[in-house]
Amino acid sequence: MAADLKFAKTHEWIRPEADGLATVGVSAYAVEALTDLVFMQLPPVGKKVKAGESIGEIESVKAVSDLYAPVSGEIVEVNTALPGRLETLGQDPYGAGWIVRIRPDAPAEMENLMDQSAYEALVKS
Amino acid sequence: MVDFAGWRMPVQYSSIVDEHLATRQAAGMFDVSHMGRLAIEGPGSLGWLESLLTRRVADIARGQARYTLVTSDAGPEGLTVLDDALVTREHDAADGSPRMAMVVNASNRDRVVAWLRSRLPAAGVDFRDRTFETAMIAVQGPLAIDIVCGLCGGDDAPRIRGLGTYRATQATLAGQPASVSRTGYTGEDGVEVVVAADVAVAVWDAIHDAGASRGLRPCGLGARDTLRLEAGMPLYGHELVADSDPFAIGLGLAVNLDDTSGQARRFPGGDALRRMRAAGAPRVRVGLAFDSKRAAREGSRVVVAGQTVGAVTSGSLAPTLGHAVAMAIIDRGCGAPATSVDVMVRDAVQPATVVPLPFYRRPAPRA
Repeated sequence: MAADLKFAKTHEWIRPEADGLATVGVSAYAVEALTDLVFMQLPPVGKKVKAGESIGEIESVKAVSDLYAPVSGEIVEVNTALPGRLETLGQDPYGAGWIVRIRPDAPAEMENLMDQSAYEALVKS
Repeated sequence: MVDFAGWRMPVQYSSIVDEHLATRQAAGMFDVSHMGRLAIEGPGSLGWLESLLTRRVADIARGQARYTLVTSDAGPEGLTVLDDALVTREHDAADGSPRMAMVVNASNRDRVVAWLRSRLPAAGVDFRDRTFETAMIAVQGPLAIDIVCGLCGGDDAPRIRGLGTYRATQATLAGQPASVSRTGYTGEDGVEVVVAADVAVAVWDAIHDAGASRGLRPCGLGARDTLRLEAGMPLYGHELVADSDPFAIGLGLAVNLDDTSGQARRFPGGDALRRMRAAGAPRVRVGLAFDSKRAAREGSRVVVAGQTVGAVTSGSLAPTLGHAVAMAIIDRGCGAPATSVDVMVRDAVQPATVVPLPFYRRPAPRA
């Protein structure tokens, strides 16, 4: 797990990229807690979202969970290969398991999120 | 871990799908101690239960278990389904009086116990709630009987092997006295075992150690639910609710309106059940099969030709089948197998086909 990741309480991670975009996925902890993933719904490219708004859903045998935007912005790319290969989420949650790329309205919004150690403390509590 | 009717229980030990498939292919073990275990003893116990339950009890044989509903005559229709239950004549005491056991749902235990206590006669029936002094372990799957019998000595093992479905016996299992019944909630062969609470962990560990190398896995509430769904078994609170018409949901087999001589039985809710049976149920419980893995959940609307015809009562990926299934209660006119329906799964329409229940039937044992 890289030090440039930030985490939302709702278990999404976000990583600022050199091109000004930010990549979003879900944490290894969340994927492991969900297990037995069966379905994933992604947002359309171009969708404008507010931080905390649902951008899709992940369904496991156990339950359906919403995916939330960690920051406000525009969805500029989605990982369309992911719903057909859900195992990627568990195998490489911070790499090939990325979900969307967002153009953040205000990159400073990422400062409101947790760093890795704060997130780890949250999921251990 | 989740709270389930006041019990802290695991949804899964490893993965719902892994636990489910282990039960279908080898064996699964389930801590079902949350289920309510009631003891009814004394010379009046058979007659008392006969006067209360939808299922005939008077002619129940020693060592026989029956699936029944527990009903009262409250409510606008004169019928309230308080629970579904398994009633077993475990054995007979030295004086010949039967010792009966009832297993009820954890979520309904308090009100069933209160209802039964309110109907107790002045004498002749000793009624006790033994839930907290006992524990219950279900061992289910093609290897279940083998694994359990390996822990029994003397003639217990051949007796358990020879038990018919819905039959029960007393045995010594891993050195502990146990009630063993050939029952379950998975669609597999297997047993449910009741032991004293203070030896429950030892018995659990013994079963686990005996079976783990052969593929036995501990299973949580999640796999318990997907297994019973594939087996088409109703769950109280979902398919079966307080104002259910049992004939609509395929539970006519749990209702004996007459005794063995053809006389009308009298029990709370009996008149309402007679009326319901005569009228015929306008709705029916069906199976729905989906092409996709995306599951309809309880409450999802079932639509035919733009009209809502019913709702899903339980739905999930069926791990054995590899696609989603659901049970639904819908208008009888739309309930014929092969009927195409649409199910509203959150914001999306998922096409499904009506199929006969159960979704899964275990293969016949090899001769």
